Amino acid sequence: MATTTGVRTQAQEVALNREALNNRYRRVLRHVALYIILVLIALLILLPLFWMLSTSLKPKSQLFLPQIYWIPKRFSWENYSNLFNDPSIPIVRWFFNSVGIATASTVLILVLDSLAAYAYARMEFPGRKIIYTLMLATLFMPGLMFLIPNFVTIYNLGLLNSYVGVILPYLAGVFGVFFLRQFFESLPKELEEAARIDGANRFQTFYKVVLPLAKPALATLAVITFLASWNDFLWPLLILQDVNLQTLPPGLSTLQGAYTSEYGLMMAGAVIVAIPVLIIYIALQRFIVQSVASTGLKG
Amino acid sequence: MAITVHEQDVVRNSASGKKKFRFNWTPYLFILPHLVFFALFVGYPFFNGLYISLFQYDYLQTNNTFVGLQNYTNLFSQASVQFQVFWNALGNTVKFVIFSVPLLVIIPLAMAILLNQKLPGRNVFRAIYFAPWVLSVAVVGLLWFWIFQSEGGLVNYYLGLLHLPAPDWLSTLPWAWVAIVVATVWWTMGFNMIILLAALQDIPDQLYEAASVDGANAWQSFWRITLPMLRPIMLLIVTISIIASFNLFGQPFIMTNGGPPQPNGGGSTEPIMLEIYRESFVRHFVGSASAMAFVVAAIMILLSYLNFRIFRSREA
Repeated sequence: MATTTGVRTQAQEVALNREALNNRYRRVLRHVALYIILVLIALLILLPLFWMLSTSLKPKSQLFLPQIYWIPKRFSWENYSNLFNDPSIPIVRWFFNSVGIATASTVLILVLDSLAAYAYARMEFPGRKIIYTLMLATLFMPGLMFLIPNFVTIYNLGLLNSYVGVILPYLAGVFGVFFLRQFFESLPKELEEAARIDGANRFQTFYKVVLPLAKPALATLAVITFLASWNDFLWPLLILQDVNLQTLPPGLSTLQGAYTSEYGLMMAGAVIVAIPVLIIYIALQRFIVQSVASTGLKG
Repeated sequence: MAITVHEQDVVRNSASGKKKFRFNWTPYLFILPHLVFFALFVGYPFFNGLYISLFQYDYLQTNNTFVGLQNYTNLFSQASVQFQVFWNALGNTVKFVIFSVPLLVIIPLAMAILLNQKLPGRNVFRAIYFAPWVLSVAVVGLLWFWIFQSEGGLVNYYLGLLHLPAPDWLSTLPWAWVAIVVATVWWTMGFNMIILLAALQDIPDQLYEAASVDGANAWQSFWRITLPMLRPIMLLIVTISIIASFNLFGQPFIMTNGGPPQPNGGGSTEPIMLEIYRESFVRHFVGSASAMAFVVAAIMILLSYLNFRIFRSREA
C-alpha cells in the first residue's frame, strides 16, 4: 500500500480518498436500509406471537377496551389458573399425552428407520430396488388417500381411543428411511469393512460403528419427528375422541368451540402448546434449519 | 495399502460366494420392522381405500352394501347429494392454491434474497423468519382467529385508527379467504425461504462477478443468473406448496369452520379436506368419502406431474 501511494500525486490521493469514503458511506446506507426491512419483517413475524402471550396474561375485562394495550395494564394469571382448574379441559393430561406420543413415536421411528436405512444403504439383496422404489413413489402420494382406510384399520383393530392407534401409522413413514440412507451412504465404507474384518457381524458393525457416527443425523431426525408428532392435528383428532386421551393441538381447538369470546383462555392454551416447541426450536435451531435447507439441495 | 485392498477383495468374494450357497436373511431382518408398518399403513390402505370406495361403507355397520362405481359416478352427476358439496369444496381448495402458492413463492424468494446479503446477524433473522413453521396449526389458527376478530381483534383496531372500513373478516367474503391466506403465509413462508436461501448460497459468486465485469446491474443479474440457477429448486418449492395448499384443513377448521355458508349448500371456505372429513366422520358416508379422496388424490398427482413437465420443458 505504502509503495503504491508514494507514486501518486496529491490530487489523485484526495480523489481516491473521497471515492473510498463515498463507497463506504453508500455501503453503510445500504446496510441501514437492509436492516430496516429485515427488522420490519421480523416484527411482522414476532408481534402476533407477542400478542398471543400478552392476551394470555390479561384479565377478561381488558380484552375489549377501546384502546389496545400491547403490554397488559395489569398482569393476571387468571386465564392459566382457569385453564388448569377447569375439569372439562384436562390440559395437563393433554400435555402428557402429547409428550408420551411424541417421545414414543420418535424413539420407535429412530430404531426402525435406522435399521432399514442401513440395509438399503449398504446391503445387496433381492427385492431391494423394487421395495425402495415403491417406498419412494409413496412420498409423492397425497396423505389423504391413506387417512380413511387407516382410520378403518385402527377401528377394526380395536385401537380407537388408544395411544397405540395414533402411533402405529407414524411408524410407516418413509421420510426417515430416505434421510438416514442418504447419510449412511455418505459415510466412508472403510470403517465398516475394518470392523467386519475384525469379526463383527452386520448388526454389531451397525450398532457399534455406524450408529455412533450417525449421531448428528439421528439427532436431526429425532427433532423433526418429535415436532411433527407434537404438532399433528388431524390424525389424533380422529383417533383420540375421548377428551382425556386427546393431545394438545386437537384439544386446544376444542377451546374455540366451547368458549365463545374467551380469547384470554384460548391464548393461554396456545402459549402452553407453543412454548415447548419454541424452546426446542431455539435450542436446536441449527439442526432444524439445516435439515430443511438440505431437503432442497438433495431434491 | 495393497494388503487392505486385497483383504477387501477377500471379504467381497466371500460375501458374494456365500450368496450362491445359502439365502442371506440379514438384510431382511434389518428392513422388516419398518416394512411391516409400511405394508400395513401405506401399502394395504392404498388397496383397502379403493375397496371401501366401492361400498356404501360405514365402519360402525357390520354389513356394507356393494355399490360398484356409484360413489364415483355420484361425484359427476348433478342429481346426487354429493355433487354440489364436492365440487364446491374442490373449487374452494383450488381457489386457495391459486391465492396462496404465488405468495408462498414470491415472498420467501424476496426474504431469501435479503438474507443472502453478507450482513452481520443475518442468522438471527433467518431463525426468526423460520420460527412460526414449528408451531402447530392449532396454535396458528387460534392466534389468527383472535387477531381477525371483529371485536377486540388487532386488525380491525388498527383499521379503525386509520378510519378504514373494518369488515367481518372471518364471516364474510372475500375477507375470510384473506384471513386464511395471511395466517398460512405467516405460518409457512419460512420453510420455503430456508430452501431458497440454501439454493441461493449454492450459486457460485464468480457468476455474479463475471456479470458485473460485463456491466450487468443487479436487476439483470437477478433475471439472467439468479432465477435460471434457481429453476430446479423453484420446481420443488412450487410442487411442495401446491401439495401443502391442497391439504388445507386446520386453518379453516379453526378460523371459519368452512363458513360463510353458501346458498346452494357447502361453505365458502370449506376446503376439500374438510368436506372429506365431514362426509366420512360426521355424515358417516365413508365409502363416498373414500371415492372423493381418490379423485382428489388423482388430481393432485396429475397437477404435480404437469407442473414437473412444464418446468422440464422450459429447461430443454
